[in-house]
Amino acid sequence: MIILFYLAAVIAILSTVAVIVQTNIVHALIYLILSLLAVAVIFYVLGAPFAALLEAIVYAGAIMVLFLFVIMMLNLGQHTRDEERAWLSLKGWIAPAIMSSVLLVQLINALMRYDYELAPIQVGVLEVSVLLFGPYVLAVELASILLLAGLVAAYHLAKK
Amino acid sequence: MESIPIEHGLILASILFTLGLIGVLTRRNIVFVLMSLEIMLNASGLAFIVASARWEHAEGQVMFLMILTLAAAEVAVGLGLIIQMYRRFQTVDINVLSEMKG
Repeated sequence: MIILFYLAAVIAILSTVAVIVQTNIVHALIYLILSLLAVAVIFYVLGAPFAALLEAIVYAGAIMVLFLFVIMMLNLGQHTRDEERAWLSLKGWIAPAIMSSVLLVQLINALMRYDYELAPIQVGVLEVSVLLFGPYVLAVELASILLLAGLVAAYHLAKK
Repeated sequence: MESIPIEHGLILASILFTLGLIGVLTRRNIVFVLMSLEIMLNASGLAFIVASARWEHAEGQVMFLMILTLAAAEVAVGLGLIIQMYRRFQTVDINVLSEMKG
């Protein structure tokens, strides 16, 4: 299990790097799906099988298909790839990369103080559902209203 | 039973978050910006799952479900905006949106 965690972590990081340096948009999307599936494996290793399934179905399935549809609609072909090559200059990269790395170093510095060994036990769908339909039922209702608002807004915005 | 140090999970989440932040700051194609935002949301969800594993409780997973819902709604609205932007400007370059100022 512990090997699986580190393997999935390395795959997630490498494919996420591939997403942000990729010029071909469909390749970037495939790498993003790979990264999300690796994170789903990590969820499973950490004892959250329900979250892992939802990550694979909703994130890597539904949301990414939505992206694919939009890329197909926009018909971003060869000229977009050439534009992307031109936009990806080193000058534009270097300052944000350095500042984000400083942020990352500070985060790691702060996180290193926590010293706790996770011995993951499975927290399955039953416990999550008891919470969702018990104390968090209002949050579930609000989430459904948010989804409805998103649906209406997407319909209105994408209309001609 | 082997165990994973909690800081490794949190460090993985912060690395993914930082990569998404770099993507948001550097890309000019708005579809890539939206994808990087997805990476950042996913990284915060990973942090919640790690916390859930730390306390051996399901509340982190409930928060992850909320983040998932938020991401779905955000992507729907964002992609609708991208389609509308492509109709008006015939490009996915976010720099053309600076015409809106003033």
